[in-house]
Amino acid sequence: MDDLMAARLQMALSLGFHIVFACIGMTMPVLMAFSEWRWLRTGRQVYLDITKAWSKGVAIFFAVGAVSGTVLSFELGLLWPEFMRHAGSIIGMPFSWEGTAFFVEAIALGVFLYGWNRLNKWVHWASGIVVGISGVLSGIFVVAANSWMNSPAGFDWVDGKAVNIDPVKAMFNDAWLSQAIHMTLAAFVATGFAVAGVHAFLLLKNRKNIFHQQALKIALLFAAVAALLQPISGDYSAKDVAKRQPAKLAALEALYKTSKPAALVIGGIPNDKEERVDYAIHIPGFLSFLAHGDFKAEVKGLDQFPKEDRPPVLITHIAFQIMVGAGFLLAACSILYLLFSWRWRQVLLKKWWLYFIASTTPLGFIAVEAGWTVTEVGRQPWIIYGVMRTKDAVSSMPGLQYSFYVITTVYILLSLVIFWLMRRQIKTIEQFYPSAKTV
Amino acid sequence: MLTLIILILGASFILYTILGGADFGAGIVETLAGEKGERTISKAIAPVWEANHVWLILAVVILFTGFPSVYASLSLVLHIPLMMVLLGIIFRGTAFTFRHYDVINDNTHKYYTFLFKISSFITPFFLGVTLGAMILGRITFDQSVGFYEMFVLPWLNLFCFMMGVFAIALFGYISAVFLVGETKNDRERRRYAMFSRQLMIFTMLFGLLVFAAAELQNHHLLNEFLQSPISIIMLLLSTILCPVIWYFLNRKTNKTLYLRIAVGIQVTSILIGWFYIQYPVLIMVKGGDHFTFFNTQAPEATLQQLVIALIVGLVLIVPGFIYLFKVFKVER
Ligand code: HDD
Ligand code: HEM
Ligand code: HEM
Repeated sequence: MDDLMAARLQMALSLGFHIVFACIGMTMPVLMAFSEWRWLRTGRQVYLDITKAWSKGVAIFFAVGAVSGTVLSFELGLLWPEFMRHAGSIIGMPFSWEGTAFFVEAIALGVFLYGWNRLNKWVHWASGIVVGISGVLSGIFVVAANSWMNSPAGFDWVDGKAVNIDPVKAMFNDAWLSQAIHMTLAAFVATGFAVAGVHAFLLLKNRKNIFHQQALKIALLFAAVAALLQPISGDYSAKDVAKRQPAKLAALEALYKTSKPAALVIGGIPNDKEERVDYAIHIPGFLSFLAHGDFKAEVKGLDQFPKEDRPPVLITHIAFQIMVGAGFLLAACSILYLLFSWRWRQVLLKKWWLYFIASTTPLGFIAVEAGWTVTEVGRQPWIIYGVMRTKDAVSSMPGLQYSFYVITTVYILLSLVIFWLMRRQIKTIEQFYPSAKTV
Repeated sequence: MLTLIILILGASFILYTILGGADFGAGIVETLAGEKGERTISKAIAPVWEANHVWLILAVVILFTGFPSVYASLSLVLHIPLMMVLLGIIFRGTAFTFRHYDVINDNTHKYYTFLFKISSFITPFFLGVTLGAMILGRITFDQSVGFYEMFVLPWLNLFCFMMGVFAIALFGYISAVFLVGETKNDRERRRYAMFSRQLMIFTMLFGLLVFAAAELQNHHLLNEFLQSPISIIMLLLSTILCPVIWYFLNRKTNKTLYLRIAVGIQVTSILIGWFYIQYPVLIMVKGGDHFTFFNTQAPEATLQQLVIALIVGLVLIVPGFIYLFKVFKVER
């Protein structure tokens, strides 16, 4: 494995690992605050139990999120020193705001997790709200840094150096809004469905369990609303990409040849040699509509770009199909859920429905990982789109593959331990929380 | 702008040394205290360790925003020790949390404890090594010298090793004193007071050895020290505080707040003394080149935004931090 490949894989692995905990860290405080609010209003024990049980698990996820995030803040330099040398002072602004948000979050989290018996109930609740807000804000700030890589702004590139730096412009680049909305929704979709799925699975063992019923309800409510908005936001993102990164759009749609009108390609396996997509469904004119809002518009294909500027088509296209597929499935699931809660409540505890919800547990996170693959691989060969190539940014230290092996081993081990710990936590819920007792 | 940023960078470094030191040191003290210490230590650091370690992140962010080429160059040549710092951070944070939150207390806790202790030594050690390498002046960016000369020798030497050992002793010392205030009965208190005294002696001893090692490596740290009056005053201040702290450690009454403040001042003065001889140099490069605050600073516009973010941050963070500590730490 060459050093560049090792660095890219290590970055992808570290980010792919961190993003899971980041999503949980953005979403769970909101769910816990909601549940605690229900408790404060109704006084029902079950809501208090849910909040407490969740907070035990969340504490573990938070710690791993903090640790893996710290790793990332070093890895930006350890793996991409040349990138940071130039980009550091341009995208430092979102990162410094992010640092502020983390701090607030970490402090409020300490208060929330350990302040149960020491604080006024509403003060405690407010600390949960603060954790939620600062979590979402920190997510938005980091994504602003990433969106700058997709849509560089706020500087002039002269002789291989950035001059006239304007950090505010850099932060509010063309891509930040679409990415921030889409990412925040994604966090709620992924975490919401994962939590709902676990509780649905546990309900299958005893469908009368109020604890799991209520927990499922809270998680699915947030997940469903977000999942319904997600395709709309995704459409906005796609239009945005068409404008700022036509090569990425062409790669994610596997559009080899510039077409007018362009057909939407669903599924299939891109064939780089023959420049066509095998086994795919083509819907005429639809891509023109999705990208430009007009069924007859021209869409740029990969043929518009020199070979060395094209992103890898196969990975990008397949990842995009996975994300969109998962997105529509979850949106459909949400429609059903809202329909059933409105009219056919009895369905909500039917076995087939619970099986269905349980089976969506990993889907949101799969979509998140796929979505980031689209964004990052679709940006290749650039690390700063149109400005700096990934191969020029990598560390010149030989032997980067060894640190990749080490980090991979560590993260695999950690994942296994976390999985095992969560199972242990779940097994003891009934023991600790009166409302979760099976009757 | 620049001065303000340097001040905040210095402050977050000092705060990380004190607060993060108390955290990391806990693993070192637990190694001394054995199984009996586990409960006290877990309870003391659980609510605050996450907030404490954000000072490190803050320092890193200030570094790469305000002085990007320092961050980039350090991560290039000191890749290996920094990677070790990271591994320590990963294992420590997770092992501690897993142990603390695991609902079932069984045999697996031994593994967490083992990892927790080991990694509590690794991170301070390599932080010390990294700092040592920054000031020793063996760093080079000349690729032609080969892997070993460029990526290993700048930090693999006696001076950096001693800096690492000194950092371990210092973190352990800070933590032991901090933990004296977390004990529940007299016997425990005496035990932790004893650890504090032992570690104080070790810290002073290793501090002297750092100077000795520097001389052996032809880096005349002591000379530089003696030329700076402020550094001498700071060194004297921290030395004078030793007997004072010793005295408070021996007393039965619960003057833990004084103890903590005294140690805080001590650490701060050591670091300020050291900043003074170093300032404004961040990295000394082989052959006499220096990376300083001034020749690496980011453009004014960036520094301005950074200051705004930091000030807003401090306005939010400082009261929050005081609140957190008030709720959990004082009056126990
Ligand atoms: C639960 C997760 C999830 C779901 C259901 C979807 N997405 Fe997504 N998508 C993401 C999670 C995600 C993400 C991981 O959050 C990304 C990566 C970068 C970003 O900002 O969001 C993303 C990126 C992303 C991009 C690239 C943006 C860029 O490079 O700037 C496009 C074009 C879409 N998405 C489009 C869609 C469409 C049309 C969906 C239809 C249902 C969809 N996404 C569902
Ligand atoms: C602020 C957020 C982010 C920053 C600053 C960032 C930065 C980077 C950098 C520097 C690289 C290496 C250069 C490259 O190959 O393009 C990279 C690659 C990559 N990142 Fe991101 N990234 C961010 C968010 C994410 C997230 C959350 C994921 C989640 C999975 C992700 C997935 C990847 C992948 C898959 C690659 C490898 C690309 C390839 O192999 O071609 N990124 N990212
Ligand atoms: C786009 C992808 C990312 C998102 C949405 C995101 C979001 C978050 C969130 C919400 C948290 C706090 C929750 C928790 O602690 O679990 C967090 C933690 C953290 N993230 Fe990320 N992050 C992303 C990528 C990155 C990158 C690229 C870096 C490094 C430069 C980074 C650095 C950190 C750090 C240092 C922490 C720990 C803060 C603490 O101690 O609480 N993150 N991230």
